[in-house]
Amino acid sequence: MTDAYIVGVDMIKFGRFPEKTVPQIGAQSALLALDDCGLSIQDMQALYCGNLGQASGMVGQRILQEIGQTGIPVVNVANACATGATAFREAWASVKAGLYDCVLAVGVEQMGKGLLGGAGGATGIPKEGLLGSGTMPAVFAEAGMEHARKHGTTFEQFAKVSVKNHHHSTLNPKAMYQIETPLDQVMNAEMISYPNTKLMCSVNVDGSAAAVICSEKKAAELGLMARAVKVRASVLASDPWQERDLVMPDVNSCTRRAAAEAYEMAGLGADDIDLVELHDCFATAEVLHYENLGLCGDGEAGRMIDDGEVALGGSIPVNVSGGLLSKGHPLGATGIANIYEVSTHLRGEAGGRQVEGARIGMTHVIGLGSACGIHILEKA
Amino acid sequence: MSDQPLPAVPYIKIPEAGEPYLEGHKCGSCGATFLGERSVCSKCGARDQMSTVTLPNSGKLYSYSIVHRSFPGIDVPYISAIVDLDDGTAIKGNLINVEPDPEKIEFDMPVDVVFDDALGRKDRDGNSYISYFFQPKAG
Repeated sequence: MTDAYIVGVDMIKFGRFPEKTVPQIGAQSALLALDDCGLSIQDMQALYCGNLGQASGMVGQRILQEIGQTGIPVVNVANACATGATAFREAWASVKAGLYDCVLAVGVEQMGKGLLGGAGGATGIPKEGLLGSGTMPAVFAEAGMEHARKHGTTFEQFAKVSVKNHHHSTLNPKAMYQIETPLDQVMNAEMISYPNTKLMCSVNVDGSAAAVICSEKKAAELGLMARAVKVRASVLASDPWQERDLVMPDVNSCTRRAAAEAYEMAGLGADDIDLVELHDCFATAEVLHYENLGLCGDGEAGRMIDDGEVALGGSIPVNVSGGLLSKGHPLGATGIANIYEVSTHLRGEAGGRQVEGARIGMTHVIGLGSACGIHILEKA
Repeated sequence: MSDQPLPAVPYIKIPEAGEPYLEGHKCGSCGATFLGERSVCSKCGARDQMSTVTLPNSGKLYSYSIVHRSFPGIDVPYISAIVDLDDGTAIKGNLINVEPDPEKIEFDMPVDVVFDDALGRKDRDGNSYISYFFQPKAG
């Protein structure tokens, strides 16, 4: 099988664009990604489009109605917060399989404000606040408190994740926010679901990100290898059975499964990774994934955040984009936006937040329910 | 409208005589227990091996969150709790009769499952409901 390369990749600055349609927001990053490699929509042989909010709304086709209706096949993908990564992976797979040699993947989302999460069934009475909470801040708080019971992780350690990621975002002009949030500010912000305060919850924003993927032969023919990024591993996992599944959506075992498979596919280990963009939908979640992705041993996540190992300048910088906590989390776009971030570092184009000498990076997303998407990328 | 309160979820059983209880579905092949009816086990894939079991009315607190912001109309704060029942079945619900303060909540604290009116919530037909709650074990 051929290797697949990202030759063009970009995202729009995340924000709130209520005056735009979902396809218009998606079209913006599609055009940016095409411009990034100097190709046009006429060069694309297929489009893989990730969007959650209008999953039945043929968003991919409507993006082509904005930027060029060339008649190519379009696949619309929905996979919770792993939607963008899934669209990217389908595009990657089509190139790996030799079906196409130049394809486009787009992830896009337009979000409302407020709490995400189920309010219960359509019949009977509402279950929220009766049988615990199904809101996302509470669900991920419970997952964080599971880590606390096992390893003694503290509220302060969880809060430090938010301090770090908000600091990183001050160096990222495409992040929704560029604001420092000191520890006392994070810990004293409105408590949403202990131990997640408002500043420890990801930001609901609108956004899109896109990537052009080529076969090795095609990328070389087009003269695009100089800035190309090789996809060393692309993995998707669902959640294997766990004893508390029915009451506690499991973000750990499917991440561990996907990570193990990704390292094997790439022929690499965690020590080889220079930077990671992982799914910090809540500050509590980020801590879990240091261990799930093998960045440290079990029980060492608290020390990782205390020692600054996961900060820019540390041994394994995590979420230097600002992460979902500060860059923002437009669900369907997130998985491709983190591929953009890692690619930008591998290309040495990340400006003030550049991870020096970055050669190999990892992206990770979790869609609750659950889907885990992991990519390992390497400078060509 | 029903004369009697209805169960808030199908795995609460309200016998005509006697106390309400929680019902599980246990796989005869691998022993996994589920809340809610099913015919195939999602742990081992065995078909038609499920039988009903009465779940124990006590357990231990596994994890929790103190919810300070919820959807409009939902009273806060409250404690959203994951409890491991004595037979190992995990169940989620409100932990009551404990201050919503992390200093007052301990992992593995023993809890009883108690049944009561579902916080006054009624459906559109005016039916009342019975739900379950966790509270610290007496004594």
